[in-house]
Amino acid sequence: MMTNPVGRITQGQFSYLPELTDAEISLQVQYGLNKGYAWSVEYTDDPHPRNTYWEMFGLPMFELRDAAGVLMEVNNCRKTFPQHYIRLMAFDSTRGVETIVMSFIVNRPEREPGFALVRQETHGRTIRYTVRPYATDRPESERGSR
Amino acid sequence: MAIALDKSTDTAIKDTAKRYRAGVLKYRQMGYWDAEYVPKDTDTLCLFRITPQEGVDPVEAAAAVAGESSTATWTVVWTDRLTACDSYRAKAYRVEPVPNTPGQYFAWVAYDIILFEEGSIANMTASLIGNVFSFKPLKAARLEDIRIPVAYVKTFKGPPTGLIVERERLDKFGRPLLGATTKPKLGLSGRNYGRVVYEGLKGGLDFMKDDENINSQPFMHWRDRFLNVMDAVNKASAATGEVKGSYLNVTAGTVEDMYERAEFAKELGSVVIMVDLVVGWSTIQSISNWSRKNDMILHMHRAGHGTYTRQKNHGISFRVIAKWLRLAGVDHLHTGTAVGKLEGDPMTVQGYYNVCRDSYTKQDLPRGLFFDQDWADLRKVMPVASGGIHAGQMHLLLDLFGDDVVLQFGGGTIGHPAGIQAGAVANRVALELMVKARNEGRDIKNEGLDILRQGAKSCSPLQQALDTWGEISFNYASTDSSDYSPTPAVAH
Repeated sequence: MMTNPVGRITQGQFSYLPELTDAEISLQVQYGLNKGYAWSVEYTDDPHPRNTYWEMFGLPMFELRDAAGVLMEVNNCRKTFPQHYIRLMAFDSTRGVETIVMSFIVNRPEREPGFALVRQETHGRTIRYTVRPYATDRPESERGSR
Repeated sequence: MAIALDKSTDTAIKDTAKRYRAGVLKYRQMGYWDAEYVPKDTDTLCLFRITPQEGVDPVEAAAAVAGESSTATWTVVWTDRLTACDSYRAKAYRVEPVPNTPGQYFAWVAYDIILFEEGSIANMTASLIGNVFSFKPLKAARLEDIRIPVAYVKTFKGPPTGLIVERERLDKFGRPLLGATTKPKLGLSGRNYGRVVYEGLKGGLDFMKDDENINSQPFMHWRDRFLNVMDAVNKASAATGEVKGSYLNVTAGTVEDMYERAEFAKELGSVVIMVDLVVGWSTIQSISNWSRKNDMILHMHRAGHGTYTRQKNHGISFRVIAKWLRLAGVDHLHTGTAVGKLEGDPMTVQGYYNVCRDSYTKQDLPRGLFFDQDWADLRKVMPVASGGIHAGQMHLLLDLFGDDVVLQFGGGTIGHPAGIQAGAVANRVALELMVKARNEGRDIKNEGLDILRQGAKSCSPLQQALDTWGEISFNYASTDSSDYSPTPAVAH
């Protein structure tokens, strides 16, 4: 377990709350749909804070206006990648926004090993820092669900 | 309501021989008043609140403001005739009494685009607020609002990062960001200072912040501060898997020192630096350029603004300062809390937020916005609410300001009875609870406290925060509220 107050990776909108139930996820999805956002499901086993590009579980669902359909995609992704991090992201295409406007985690591996902080001592008192995920110690092809 | 005028002596003199006879003329006779003037799309428009001295006609006072903020001197000069002088004269074109405020008038003044140097706030302000605020025939003057034409907006680069790219860079979406100012403001050693930063960030805040007067004093030199803070930031990032930051204040005695500090912040990998408003417009624009070149978020603390923004009869409204800062190019700007310890009527404060975040700001008199302002796709500034706010006000803050804001709980984090991490947890849990509830369709303004109390049952740090500060509020009447609606002086 990680040592932060909630014992896990705290990315996304709701990591400090108890895991959202499927019913609660649907309410968030519906909120986004009402605002005209497009939802997308993404997954990864490398939750480095600067790993921007998680794998897309299909394209953003531009045509899907039904929360149940989005939840079905989440559950398909959970079945395929039960030990990965899965997040839901909502895109807003309004001029001047054109980015992600909601993002929260809907699946986590059973064990979240967290990160090492590698300190490289350089000139003076300056230190160069590297955040290294323990989850990616092994090659990609040998990771994943067991 | 228009002001009645004696047409015979009170309009511009068209006969050039009479107009340029040596001597003193009324400003309105010199051509600084034109009731028929139709502002051009390329004009800069200003709305001044003026309080003329006893016996000074309000229209003449408005013409004088136009004159003294553009080409006029106190007497006629023949050298005007060497120029296309009518272009250079600002024109007062409308005067109205301020509602319910005897002795004060609103004066609208238009400025041709030739008057200002492209991309220079220093130049624009030297004209608009250069001399006129000391002008004797006025008891007081205040620049209430400004409309900058698109043609002039496009000569400014604006925020180096902007709130959209900031969120992408931080990987934080769909909720306000959370921050705290490291306290006590003064006296901590670098090592102790970094401890506060680490605890706050690991507990759940996105940002910690230097205070405005933390520079490089005997108790903590700037390099010690930067080294310790960045160790804390990186450690907290590894502990949570989130991007974290701490605004490193690079304000210093000289601009050269500021660049040196900014370079060191970059070398250490900080995502954000900070400057104080007191460094001045040219320095702000220079540091903004540096930030743009170095992928840095630029945080602006509006230190000192209260000296000229707070009193309603004299100075500059903060909405004007906010517009200038968006053009000058800052990414974060302190814009008030409405519910906290510092001055701010809720609707007036919302007006400042709109100026920071809108693509197109619409006229909105109850929020103090007198002009439409097209921002021409200029990047948006992330407003910062800081000063005397706590977790028990989360519903009010989210309801007033929405998602695009940094909520900073300094005392409300560090003063938590169970420690700084617990304080940070309380704030983060309160925030996530409220965002979730709002999205679920709950009426957070009215049910907010219940939502917090319910959530606190499974989060003791939040319960302790509510027990400690739940009843604290700062309900004082504002000195600066709109003239157009009976706005509540307090938010609840």
